Amino acid sequence: MTIDRTTISGTDGRAHASRVPARRKPITPGRVARAMFLYAGMVIALVVVVAPFSWLVISSVADKADLLTKPLEWIPAHISFGRFVDLTVGSSADETAQGFRAAIMNSMLIASATTAVGMVVGTLAAYAFARLRFPGRSWMILAFMATTMLPPIALILPLFQIMKALGLTDTPLALIIIYSSFVTPYVVWLMRGYIETIPRELDDAGRVDGCSRLGVLWRVIIPVATPGLLSTALLAFLLAWDEFLYALVITQSNASKTLPVALNDFIGRYGVDFGRLATGGVIAAIPPVLIAFAFQRHIVAGLTAGSVKG
Amino acid sequence: MTAGTLDRPRQRRSKPWPETWVAAAFVAPAALVILLVVVVPLVRAAWMSLFDIELTSPGVEPFVGLRNYVTQLTSADFWDSVSKALFFTGVTTALELSLGLGLAMLMDQPMRFRWLLRSIVILPWALPTIVNALMWRWIDNGTYGSLNALLAQTGVIHDYVPWLSQDSTAMWMVVLADVWKMTPFCAILILAGLQGIDRELFEAARVDGAGSRQIFRRIIVPLLTPIILVVLVLRTMEAFKVFDIIWIMTGGGPANATQTVAIYAYRTAYQSYDFGQGAALGYLIAIFIMLLAAVYLKLLRRTGA
Amino acid sequence: MTNRYGARGGLRIRAGVVLMAAAFAAAGCSGSSATPSAAQPSAAAPASASAAAPASAAAPSAAGEAITLHVLLMKQAAYSDTDVAAMTAAFNVDHPNITIVPEFVAYDALHDKIVTAQAGGGGVYDLILVDTPWPAEMVKAGIITDITDKIPAEFSTGVFDAAWTAAKYNGKIYGVPWINDTKFFFYNEKMLNNAGITAAPKTWDEVEAAAKAVKAKGEVKYPIISSWKQAEAVICEWTQIAAAMGGSEFVDAQGKPLFNQGGGLAALKFMKKLIDEGLVDPASLSSTEDDVNTAMSTGQYAMTLNWTYGLSVMNDPKASKVAGQIKVAPSPGEGSVTTSGVNGGMSLAVTTTSKHPAEALQYALFLASEKSQEMDVANALPMWKASFDNADVTKNNPTLFAAAKIQFSGLVARPVVPYYTKLSNALQAAIQEALLGKKTPEQALNDVAAQLPSFQQ
Repeated sequence: MTIDRTTISGTDGRAHASRVPARRKPITPGRVARAMFLYAGMVIALVVVVAPFSWLVISSVADKADLLTKPLEWIPAHISFGRFVDLTVGSSADETAQGFRAAIMNSMLIASATTAVGMVVGTLAAYAFARLRFPGRSWMILAFMATTMLPPIALILPLFQIMKALGLTDTPLALIIIYSSFVTPYVVWLMRGYIETIPRELDDAGRVDGCSRLGVLWRVIIPVATPGLLSTALLAFLLAWDEFLYALVITQSNASKTLPVALNDFIGRYGVDFGRLATGGVIAAIPPVLIAFAFQRHIVAGLTAGSVKG
Repeated sequence: MTAGTLDRPRQRRSKPWPETWVAAAFVAPAALVILLVVVVPLVRAAWMSLFDIELTSPGVEPFVGLRNYVTQLTSADFWDSVSKALFFTGVTTALELSLGLGLAMLMDQPMRFRWLLRSIVILPWALPTIVNALMWRWIDNGTYGSLNALLAQTGVIHDYVPWLSQDSTAMWMVVLADVWKMTPFCAILILAGLQGIDRELFEAARVDGAGSRQIFRRIIVPLLTPIILVVLVLRTMEAFKVFDIIWIMTGGGPANATQTVAIYAYRTAYQSYDFGQGAALGYLIAIFIMLLAAVYLKLLRRTGA
Repeated sequence: MTNRYGARGGLRIRAGVVLMAAAFAAAGCSGSSATPSAAQPSAAAPASASAAAPASAAAPSAAGEAITLHVLLMKQAAYSDTDVAAMTAAFNVDHPNITIVPEFVAYDALHDKIVTAQAGGGGVYDLILVDTPWPAEMVKAGIITDITDKIPAEFSTGVFDAAWTAAKYNGKIYGVPWINDTKFFFYNEKMLNNAGITAAPKTWDEVEAAAKAVKAKGEVKYPIISSWKQAEAVICEWTQIAAAMGGSEFVDAQGKPLFNQGGGLAALKFMKKLIDEGLVDPASLSSTEDDVNTAMSTGQYAMTLNWTYGLSVMNDPKASKVAGQIKVAPSPGEGSVTTSGVNGGMSLAVTTTSKHPAEALQYALFLASEKSQEMDVANALPMWKASFDNADVTKNNPTLFAAAKIQFSGLVARPVVPYYTKLSNALQAAIQEALLGKKTPEQALNDVAAQLPSFQQ
């Protein structure tokens, strides 16, 4: 392909030549120092990320009394996975646990559907804002974004009234509709940003090859923008996964309660069942982490695909 | 059809149309999804902000024009909460973006176990805010908190510190909890942006004698600017509206030290049944966010030019 | 082109996206189609699973038409979901035609749910649980109904008078008291004994002296922990101490402020003094009642105030390092006042939009009956005078019942005024400003007093 060569014209040959020996560069003190610097950075990042979370894991398997020693003993004396059992496969008489299980399913459905709707309509619009020229282009994207600037507290009452009038309170559909409308502007903004980093020449090449606009988006842009697409999808999923206030007001029963509402139920009037809440939190973090694990190779996809060339 | 005199006027007439129509077709679904749900509440909230709607006096809802806005704009508590929100927004976005950028650069380096970092790093972001906030409440506790235990056992402090009870430290602990949770968000979005940069540019620059720092400044930063700007605006919006994490950790205390404007709005409006004031506060918050976004755009244009 | 950007990778992803989209679509369809029909039965199921009185079976009998009541309750240890299900089952024996659909939410969510549902046009709930300070506001907002004439005689005479203050406004009754509670004085008996104190302090002066003695022993840094977080918690404690120190009236009959003088001011000065002398842990300023339980359970504090449930939590070997050492006594008095207690009760109120107010009230009265209340006395105290003389009920915790009997005879309410939330928010901040030393106690309370007219508008 010729287009991208123009962007690095003249250096191509040298770049190519320098890469082959680069792979087998001899081990020099400078390279060792650089590697040590990088791995040290990775270890620090991992520790900072994992340390508070591991406290949560400790709290989820420990008796509360064992967390109260001073000086603190980091490994609790009694370790039990009873809370995990209770919350996942425990007896159906435990209504809070029952609600938690229902909430995981509801949240999966709501967050997945929201992500699907938001990504499809948002990416289409983002492409138009990034590539097409049309009247109202600049103010329309600002207007989209402006809809998310009001705090939920100002919108919750009218939204509740609408959902009640439509007979949708206490249904997952109500939350899917609400979340989709709040996630879409984010998708539009982010995807426009990612698409703008892709050289326009690629589109033109696609057009020359006879693709329609939709064809260009599907065959050219989306494969190149995969890392951005997946990151944005993760954002959409997590926004819906974590939203609390709308869910609190719209849901009434296990038919639609989402995870944050179910977790909030672990908080009593004066008491927080911290061990159980920690357990619920650990379980609630698993699906997104699995998704990230599945995604992380594809976040590199653009990179590896790019370096395949040559 | 082949080119010719016949073709030219046709092209002139129809050329602007296809693109506009295509654009309309592309944008319409998003516009429908956004506007169908949001427009009614937005308009209704704007309308409500012009009335004195107190639930405790049902049936009496006089039109008051802009009085709700004036009441708030002349209230010392309102401005105090705005300054708290600005502080929170400034510190968290600065930390989250710079740490996120660093983390993204790190995750972009070819090295072993990178997959581990890339998967694990979203843990804080994946943790529901309620759990995150209560976890940090426990960690920061002045009697049995694990932060105190860690600092005392490593000899950094001698006496346990009541982190959330002092007006000098409470805000910083809330900032810490938010930065821990949302830095991965910035890192992952920026990492995705990095993938769009042509790697051969780096090689070329390196061959031309550029160091890592120069590559970062001359190539990475300019090419990443659109994404960084979007992430910056998103974080600013969310940070200025921050509610859940502070409400659970401190409730706005001690002595209003962490009472940001959304908490103030919840207290004065929702808890006190005053929906006219609540709607006005909502719009004031939105206006502040728009002003901040405008400032970014302006600064960016200046540095860009 | 395909070469450069790796069509294979792209295709794989796209195939995945299509599959995922298909999965979402399938999930979406089954979800949305199942919801409207499944919602009601599944919502009702947990409530009446055991009660399962099929409407069809009841219909032909004389029991009356089938009625569904939506009840908004709270997640809690006492009267838990399971307790309520059992009570409902008992209720359904005599009322098979009434299906109860309870919804349990966290305490923090209760007020928001009520306000949104009622401001949004009402009709969602028939019966709601309301906290002590709310009735005045909710009466003015037209959310809850006057039931003064419908209270059976045995309730009027059998229930502690103090319990009714939780449900009264302008002399009328708007709710059936259901949860009865106040703050008791808890102390670590072993720690006080080590400091040479053998009996629980009876006045706040004695508390201060005991704290000094404990501190002098050097066993702990701060002898007292309190729930003084910027929330209702700090108002409850301040009110209770103020009541001991000469009165907790917040405002007089003309709406003039009283909290900035007398008991209110004395209590705040006393609280500040305890902080300044290093007798109360400054961590109290971010502590809720739950944090206080946990802090006491570490064995690093000697004394605190807390609600009833604290006793069982702090003596639970799995949750406490000092299980068995925490004892309860009546809250200290001062001068001529022997004890004081803030009213922490909650009541069940019928909404104005309920289509079945009579049945809703019937259910509320059943939940509040002496028999229902005695089901779970470990976590909540009954509000029936007779329960306190019933040895079967009091046997598992005689000292608690003895303390409660004294304290319940003289509970004080937080002010029942329709601007309570605004006043409370301002007072919370003011009290903390004084405790942090940013203002003097007089200054802090006077500043709120100056704002009072704007709340009353």
